[in-house]
Amino acid sequence: MTAQRTRAERLVVIGNGMAGARAVEEILRRGGGERFAITMFGEEPYGNYNRILLSNVLAGADDEAGIFLNGLPWYAENGITLHAGTRVRRVDHFARTVHADDGTVTRYDKLVIAVGSRPFIPDIDGMRVATRGFHQGVFTFRTIDDTRNMIRYAREHRRAVVIGGGLLGLEAARGLQTHGLEITLLHAGPYLMNQQLDAQGGDVLRRSVERLGIRVETSARTTAMLGRHEVTGVRLADGRVIECDMVVVAAGIRPNTELAEASGLPVERGIVVDDQMRVLDEADIYAVGECAQHRGQVYGVVAPLWEQARVLADHVTGADPAAAYHGSRIATKLKVAGVDVAAMGVSSPEPGDEFVVFAEPSRGVYKSVIIRQDRLVGATLLGDVGKVAFLTQAFDRGLPLPEERVRLLFDLGGPPAEVGVAELADEAQVCNCNGVSKGALVDTVRNGARSVTAAMDRTRAGKGCGSCRSLVAEIVAWAADGEVEEDPSASWYVPGIPLAKPELMARIREHGLKSVSAVFAALAPDGREDARSKMGLASLLRMMWPDDYVDERDARFINDRVHANIQKDGTFSVVPQIKGGCTTAAQLRRIADVAEKYDVPLIKITGGQRIDLLGVRKEDLPKVWAELDMPSGYAYGKSFRTVKTCVGSDFCRYGLGDSTALGIAIESRFQGLESPAKMKLAVTGCPRNCAEAYVKDLGVVAVEGGRWEIYVGGAAGAHVRKGDLLATVDGPEQVITLTGRFLQYYRENANWLERTYAFVPRVGIEEIRAIVVDDRDGIAARLDEAVRAAADAYRDPWREGAGPVTPGQFRTALPLEPLPKVPVR
Amino acid sequence: MTTGDVTAVTVHRLGPLDQVPVGEGRAYVVNGVQVAVFRLRGGGVRAVSAVCPHAGGPIADGQIDEAVVVCPLHQHAYDLVTGCSPTGQPPLRTYPVHVDDEGCLVLVTDGTS
Ligand SMILES: Cc1cc2nc3c(=O)[nH]c(=O)nc-3n(C[C@H](O)[C@H](O)[C@H](O)COP(=O)(O)OP(=O)(O)OC[C@H]3O[C@@H](n4cnc5c(N)ncnc54)[C@H](O)[C@@H]3O)c2cc1C
Ligand code: SF4
Ligand code: FES
Repeated sequence: MTAQRTRAERLVVIGNGMAGARAVEEILRRGGGERFAITMFGEEPYGNYNRILLSNVLAGADDEAGIFLNGLPWYAENGITLHAGTRVRRVDHFARTVHADDGTVTRYDKLVIAVGSRPFIPDIDGMRVATRGFHQGVFTFRTIDDTRNMIRYAREHRRAVVIGGGLLGLEAARGLQTHGLEITLLHAGPYLMNQQLDAQGGDVLRRSVERLGIRVETSARTTAMLGRHEVTGVRLADGRVIECDMVVVAAGIRPNTELAEASGLPVERGIVVDDQMRVLDEADIYAVGECAQHRGQVYGVVAPLWEQARVLADHVTGADPAAAYHGSRIATKLKVAGVDVAAMGVSSPEPGDEFVVFAEPSRGVYKSVIIRQDRLVGATLLGDVGKVAFLTQAFDRGLPLPEERVRLLFDLGGPPAEVGVAELADEAQVCNCNGVSKGALVDTVRNGARSVTAAMDRTRAGKGCGSCRSLVAEIVAWAADGEVEEDPSASWYVPGIPLAKPELMARIREHGLKSVSAVFAALAPDGREDARSKMGLASLLRMMWPDDYVDERDARFINDRVHANIQKDGTFSVVPQIKGGCTTAAQLRRIADVAEKYDVPLIKITGGQRIDLLGVRKEDLPKVWAELDMPSGYAYGKSFRTVKTCVGSDFCRYGLGDSTALGIAIESRFQGLESPAKMKLAVTGCPRNCAEAYVKDLGVVAVEGGRWEIYVGGAAGAHVRKGDLLATVDGPEQVITLTGRFLQYYRENANWLERTYAFVPRVGIEEIRAIVVDDRDGIAARLDEAVRAAADAYRDPWREGAGPVTPGQFRTALPLEPLPKVPVR
Repeated sequence: MTTGDVTAVTVHRLGPLDQVPVGEGRAYVVNGVQVAVFRLRGGGVRAVSAVCPHAGGPIADGQIDEAVVVCPLHQHAYDLVTGCSPTGQPPLRTYPVHVDDEGCLVLVTDGTS
């Protein structure tokens, strides 16, 4: 293979970024691998990666490995010689040679320049120091190395200033914030993203960004970096000083043109190319991507470079010598700092234009369209980009517009979404980040990708900023005629065993598997253990075999090994059981004594009406339990946690039922019951709902006539949902029976970590009622018996303190931070 | 481990293997350095730095399989042989460790640490 190559034409590519690599991919796709011996030079010492996703890497949402488009093996497999980490200094277009920093000279027959852009550095005093480049603590945001350096520095610093309120600056601000830094965003322009948005949109965006806790200053021109050895602040033109220990400069980009200039190639703002992406007056040199200037335009987003790369490849391989690039109408669709933004065309109306605006700043929603002579010439969508597909089409192709202009901004019970998808042209770009058209998605589905994940994996659609994922899903569904398959692994109970819960349970029963290691040996691929699956399996087996489960301690999460909740400094929190929130003077005295004796740094009343001792050392846990002499409150496990109660009929003047007594009875019955996710309950004495029963996994409400309502599937954590009414019953005994039956049904059927707020709507309240209340399937007695057996097997885990089950069960694991670390209030 | 080589390594006897339950980890202080030692279900032993590079979590309290340890605080994973993190964190340091004929855990550090 290589021997033949020596006689092939030599294609040299300078720049191994998104455009360079894409151009080569397109060339290979047209058989260019046979015709050319390909050599690539890249200044960055890596294969090529999706630069867009650096924002995710900075925010910790993607890892570095996950953003690589082509790793080093790809080059070898395609016979490409890659000089990674090598900068090209000059091209001699008479001798047809490329001169690199490492002293090598490489001959070419065809040359592609794809050197991209670099950060623009505004003129700010003290930005650079003579010896080292940037001042200590000052960063730019363009490469993987920049991103790594920022992350490393962010770990040890507290306050960052980001200069620049465009796309990059906002992403940098949001990313750094996830590292716990306090952020001030300084923008010299009058409002955020003034390149893409109009003023009102910019203000709505500002409010959304401020709601995230980022401080924003507009019309703020930075004039100086302060600090002798490292940056300590910045000064603004108006004299104000903002203190900080880290600065990120994201004030725009400039095309890399030095190389072309030094080589005598035509440069204006970028390297000037014709419609074939050929450098002006150069028969064999092409330029592509952000470094190229086409018909007076240079671009700063990826969308145009996909088409540029296609045209270049058509032309250089001769696949279509007439291929021509006519420029791109930029319709940007992005997720910036968590906010959906779409913008296209002009951003402010001219006299005579129709201008339709909707703004709801409190929800972060802003939409505007500009219509000129019945054609859409501009649109801005913020916060809600539901109409973007239609608007992009109308903008790109000049489609006729609905007479009711408001339909441009909202779906008014109009045609359903599929019609929109069906109408989308095949060449319409769906994923801007990876340049995937509707046609390409449809083809992959027709070629066998039957799930959304499979189609995404094959095309990379949706793997960029993610703003197109719902559209991708719609298109896949449409292309598969509604026969999309779910991603198989999404239905597995745990990641390490390729079975959904019902099949998994059937196999476990069939083989009589009673320990986690036995399950791996029998059912995992190659019998391979998986650390992330152990906890879910342990919970399942304990539920299935209440009496003869073989308990392997390593299958337990640390909390379940030491019966306490691990804290950020490696200490634990101890929550004794206080049923129904009712305690006694003697108990309180004992808790106080223990807290004093063991230097408990924080004593806190929890939302579940209990007392939390935070910051207890692992080695002290057994002594603390012994001296408290109270049972565990199970505040750490995936299990039945607590029953919150209100005062109820004994004392409250509104009380309709004895909520406290019923809450205590429920907790006594089901304490410690293992479950797929934690279960928080409540009983409240009347519909005033002081115990918040409507938003619990199971909530009981006393109503007129001595009756009780049971709600299931409520939540008031990160997710808020009012529970669905399961049944209204006559007395406390019935409440306890139905509670047990529902909990058991949930334990048997919910996925691992699936809270009831997801489980109940997934199964449907009618279905649950039919089974649990009306016993449609005749399994009620079995469920009752199963939950009884499980409840009877209860044993207070804190009794393990008296005799540890494993050597060193309570030995310290030596966390980094000196103890105690939880701040004392 | 008597190598006779002058690039000094230090051999530390940590105590009997059965101090570490099967499938779990325990922390040791070796020359003032915190090391987590794990006993794999497959029979092997592994030693890595006891402090999670992410936010200082106690690695010895993590769950393991034959390949990785998962930190209990934020569930970042680390390869037990290379220390590299498939979830994108900086690597953990790893140490050679084995069980000698008397069933004692033996850990090797280079002379300087
Ligand atoms: C953090 C971040 C977020 C972004 N988010 C988005 C987004 O959401 N949407 C969007 O559309 N766009 C986004 N962009 C812009 C997008 O990444 C660029 O448009 C795209 O990477 C341009 O591709 P390119 O190949 O022209 O340049 P690059 O990807 O920069 O590639 C150029 C390569 O050439 C190398 N090079 C330069 N000079 C030389 C030389 N002399 N010798 C050898 N090699 C050289 C460089 O090191 C670089 O690797 C983002 C950019 C960044 C930095
Ligand atoms: S929920 Fe009703 S009974 Fe209970 S404390 Fe509130 S008002 Fe009183
Ligand atoms: S401290 Fe280990 S994962 Fe966060």
